Amino acid sequence: MKDRVSAIIKKYGKDESQLVSILQDIQAEYNFLPRVELDKLSKRMDIPQSQIYSLATFFKAFSLKPRGKHIINVCLGTACHVRGTELILESLERQLKINRGETTEDRNFTLETVNCMGCCATGPVVKIDDEYYGQMSNDKVEPMLKKY
Amino acid sequence: MRTKLKSRKELEELQKKLHRKLDTGKTRISICNGTACRPYGSNPVAESFKSEIAKQGLEDKVDFKVTGCHGFCEKGPIAIIEPGNIFYQKIKVDDVPEIIQKSVLNKEVISKLLFKEQSTGKEITAQNELPFYKNQTRIILGNNLLIDPTEIEDYIATGGYAALAKALFELQPDKLIGIVKQSGLRGRGGAGFSTGTKWESCRKAHGDIKYVIVNADEGDPGAYANEGLLTGNPHSVLEGLIIGAYAIGAHQGFIYVRNEYPLALKNMTIAMEQAEKHGLLGDNILGSGFDFHVRINRGGGAFVCGESTALMASLEGKVGEPRAKYIHTVERGLWDRPSNLNNVETWANIPLIVNNGPEWFSKIGSPGNSGTKIFSLTGKVNNTGLVEVPMGIKLRDIIFSIGGGIRGNKKFKAVQTGGPSGGCLPEKLLDSPVDFDELTKAGSMMGSGGMIVMDEDNCMVDIARYFLTFLEEESCGKCVPCREGIKRMRQVLNDITEGKGRESDIELLGEISVHLKESSLCQLGSSAPNPVLTTIQYFRSEYESHIKNKKCPAGVCKALIQFSIIDEKCPGCGMCVKTCPSNAITFMGKKKPVILDQSKCIKCRTCYDICRMGAVSIE
Repeated sequence: MKDRVSAIIKKYGKDESQLVSILQDIQAEYNFLPRVELDKLSKRMDIPQSQIYSLATFFKAFSLKPRGKHIINVCLGTACHVRGTELILESLERQLKINRGETTEDRNFTLETVNCMGCCATGPVVKIDDEYYGQMSNDKVEPMLKKY
Repeated sequence: MRTKLKSRKELEELQKKLHRKLDTGKTRISICNGTACRPYGSNPVAESFKSEIAKQGLEDKVDFKVTGCHGFCEKGPIAIIEPGNIFYQKIKVDDVPEIIQKSVLNKEVISKLLFKEQSTGKEITAQNELPFYKNQTRIILGNNLLIDPTEIEDYIATGGYAALAKALFELQPDKLIGIVKQSGLRGRGGAGFSTGTKWESCRKAHGDIKYVIVNADEGDPGAYANEGLLTGNPHSVLEGLIIGAYAIGAHQGFIYVRNEYPLALKNMTIAMEQAEKHGLLGDNILGSGFDFHVRINRGGGAFVCGESTALMASLEGKVGEPRAKYIHTVERGLWDRPSNLNNVETWANIPLIVNNGPEWFSKIGSPGNSGTKIFSLTGKVNNTGLVEVPMGIKLRDIIFSIGGGIRGNKKFKAVQTGGPSGGCLPEKLLDSPVDFDELTKAGSMMGSGGMIVMDEDNCMVDIARYFLTFLEEESCGKCVPCREGIKRMRQVLNDITEGKGRESDIELLGEISVHLKESSLCQLGSSAPNPVLTTIQYFRSEYESHIKNKKCPAGVCKALIQFSIIDEKCPGCGMCVKTCPSNAITFMGKKKPVILDQSKCIKCRTCYDICRMGAVSIE
């Protein structure tokens, strides 16, 4: 339990070129990238913190802030856009009372956007954790959220 | 556990054995469980098939397969039943016992699950007679139906890895490169460079250590052709990669997959493990003496990493920023060593070319553009899905014959190809052939295969603004023209959509575009103006209407539209009152029209979408 970062580093054989994968595994473990773990990572792999943070802030997949229990991903791909995904996103913002990128006060949801999830034919698509919701419309938002 | 195949002969024997298993006369049900069928509930349907087959004790009589993408995503969950090539669409869990009872045991066709032709209502039973499929040439995607992507033996049964064996034991690397060159295969990632020539340069480049890379960072929003291939038939990509490595002289490969494609990651990882166990990957492949290892890397959600040099930087564990390509990556790429990067679809074409010969391949498609191309046909078209067509086909044939035309009897407005680097093409160009050169001539590009159809309800200024917003966020910021230029263009477009546009704005957009095209470091910046330039070129009147009349003809741009109730059409049912999130609509009693308070209206469109009487208008 205590040294999860070491276990992750070990899995990749301390290979610097695998840093993105290592960060992804740390995020999968904690739901975000905790500062103390990144400190540990920097020391154990002998990589400057600047390099770790440059990756952690460059890639959209990483979050330096704690995220909610459920991650909502709204697809903003072109196919979803032409079918009105922006309106779905606004509806989610209204109902959750947060803006995109934020986490609800009770830490139940984090509202994120993604550029394409690879199921464009079914757009607009929203994904909550591992569950996909296709052909979304405004009236489907509330019943969907109630499941969580 | 299987012992490794140690020779070509052992592979061929296994192939024969597995192939015989395909023809046992059993009923075969193959259900699509691709990423696009999942939002429609394909997972529970597949589970229900499994339990129903077990419940009825039919395991020996039915060959049940959960496969990757079949292509016709619009109608998911879908299944094919053989013999008979029966195509069932929109299957629900409750339909499963009936399918087993009627179609498996009694060989009857269930009418309610068949595809019905839109115009005539005629039912079509066989998959290969559906307009969606019969107008396609599915040389790459066709086998998805026969393959459980997590079972290497399914791939081997369809002739998989025979091309690898042929390459290793019959063809010298130079000969192999010659075949690929002769086939005329051009890179499917978008640029359309000759694959054989690229391989040749990499083979000839100086250096002992060389790399081959699969670019599976399909970042174009609205394109998922690579996703369908990676999840549905990962071994075809892997086989192509190993053949390429042999031709080029590389012993290490990388597969860079988008993090947003969890299923692709999973299936590719399984494929690699299984190939290794079978002696088709790793040391001494099939006893040939050729060693090759592959590593899979996940992207981090950055669009720019689809650019080859940015992708390689990311593979090195660095920030994914591109570099100027004075020296090509085939000479100095990953860790400054010769590196050959190709798109997923390019790699998947290789086994086909090796098996069937370059002449066969070059006969498909049009001169200079041989082979097929997979498009993800999406947007406002009736039949959305993954389509594979010969190059040179007309846009009209894809959208109207395969795609079945525009949804809800609306009017076609534009088709967008090439993602954020491409453009929007109008109706007058629908008869243009779809290939690398013609699309570029029209101001768009092939890209990695997104094809998004738009109708009269889509605003072209909004679309241009959308792409520029996307690119502004995805610009890595390394070079100034891209970082600043895109931002300014997006601001101008924002102003236009908010009714604050000035008459000189169109000219200004053109001017910034020139600078972006000429001075950006990579393609992200230099092609960024395309969505703007094509929409100005083909839909200038829409821009003018926003700027001069402060009107959005398509009714999209919020600042320029107003919702109102058409009293004569409103039956006072109150549906809109219940769903309005801002309480802007007041119920006035049954059979009396509702009243909409403009000051409270947030223009969310909920009332417009929910009203079945068409009593809400947008002006």
